[in-house]
Amino acid sequence: MVCQECQKRPATLHFTKIVNGEKTEFHICEHCAREKGELIPGTSGGFSIHNLLSGLMDFDSSNKGQVPGPAVQELQCPECGMTYTQFRKLGRFGCSSCYKTFDDKLDPLLKRVHGSTAHTGKLPGRAGVQIKIRQQMHELKQQLQKSIADEEFEQAAELRDQIRGLEKQISQES
Amino acid sequence: MPNLRFTEKPLSEWMKEGGDHSDVVISSRVRIARNLVQHPFPIVASAEQAEEVQGQLIGALSSEPVQSVGPFEPIILKELDDVDKEVLMEKHLISPSLINDSRAGAVLLAEDESVSIMLNEEDHLRIQCLYPGFQLQEAWERASAIDDAFEKAVNYAFDTHRGYMTSCPTNMGTGLRASVMLHLPALAIMNQVGRILSAVSQVGLAVRGLYGEGSEAIGNIFQISNQITLGLSEEEIIDNLRSVVLQIIEYEQHARNRLLTESRLRITDRIMRSYGILCYATMMDSKEAFQRISDVRLGVDLGLIDKTSVTQMNELMIMTQPGFLQKTFGVKMGSGERDMYRAQLIRDKLGNIHVED
Repeated sequence: MVCQECQKRPATLHFTKIVNGEKTEFHICEHCAREKGELIPGTSGGFSIHNLLSGLMDFDSSNKGQVPGPAVQELQCPECGMTYTQFRKLGRFGCSSCYKTFDDKLDPLLKRVHGSTAHTGKLPGRAGVQIKIRQQMHELKQQLQKSIADEEFEQAAELRDQIRGLEKQISQES
Repeated sequence: MPNLRFTEKPLSEWMKEGGDHSDVVISSRVRIARNLVQHPFPIVASAEQAEEVQGQLIGALSSEPVQSVGPFEPIILKELDDVDKEVLMEKHLISPSLINDSRAGAVLLAEDESVSIMLNEEDHLRIQCLYPGFQLQEAWERASAIDDAFEKAVNYAFDTHRGYMTSCPTNMGTGLRASVMLHLPALAIMNQVGRILSAVSQVGLAVRGLYGEGSEAIGNIFQISNQITLGLSEEEIIDNLRSVVLQIIEYEQHARNRLLTESRLRITDRIMRSYGILCYATMMDSKEAFQRISDVRLGVDLGLIDKTSVTQMNELMIMTQPGFLQKTFGVKMGSGERDMYRAQLIRDKLGNIHVED
């Protein structure tokens, strides 16, 4: 059978994709599969072209030579469902939660790409504001402890209200 | 189909002559990549999820902070015909991947086209500022102000350790890509481009052709940009690029001086021949057009030719692209016809120079 994409090379990969009940058959060669890999969305957990090809693109050299046994549970982002294998194959994060999920694996990659692993540039204004509010809250809480210890309850009540105000501000901001 | 004024006129602000070192530096560009929290990145987002992000970001246009740095006009990609998309790409206002790969892609354009903000490209938000000449600092400051404004209206994905979270690890941290488009004809004539550009890639900068990644360097135009986005501050990234580009400018100017002193007659002949061909040819492929335009641009810069201007050469560079030709003449064309229309357009433009200026 000839590859349905390039119509030249023999088709070596055969699979059926079912999306919302719609069935599509693929008969393609490895070359086209690699090119088309990003266009065929991977279904988390199930069979996907990404799983099949993950071995071909390996930018995490620390894993080289290790064959992950079936007992090893693969990392998977709880938000978008991207697995570590897919991440390695695509070279792209699926959502901001992927950063947390794959955090342990990132340092070698980032060292290679950027020569460092931590951000030293601009901070978003709002995150900056949040950090400031937290610091302020920390100070107020210490004052509160002190005023309770000193039995200055009127002042303590005032501080408590201020802290509540800041807590509210934080929950609105985030 | 709405008449899109952004594709009618060929000259964006960045193509007009201006800015520092405009004899060598065509334009300076800064791009910032940003994403929203709690929304999957475009690469995995479903059509509805991508639409939602698009809606939220277009909605942000009416917020007070964004209005104060705008106004920006939202253009939904799927509402455009193919020619308009191609023209926007040829003007560097959108990327090829926004046309080809994006679900719910859109672009927010400033009236003078110096700012274009792509939605749902590889990242949710790509803020791009494109200025004429060597104005990296100005472009960065503008992009950063726009970034601040959007940050007040939407929730960015940011991590204090890793910085701004982008879809591709090669952009994370600052999300900043600064690039400078250089015209290096004298270094090319003297066969020194390869040597200098390979040195550039050894100091963490990338060299590309006119239309970015994977594109060929035609017409002696090179784009130089930073590769590293993490572990350096935005100012450091801009400064590094700036100092390398200043050196290249110096090399190019030195090479131009040598051309003038050592082979003035030969270089003048080459430039005048190219000008003659641009004025009278009836067929011209894109590669030749770029090369001739490059020669004439050099002629203007060296003061050897005063019948045209750098601005006009910048304009021709864009107008002779396939999408723009089709837009200008309003006919579908194969590549042979395109070469004919391209030559016609160049003849018309150069013939009208005295009337237009």
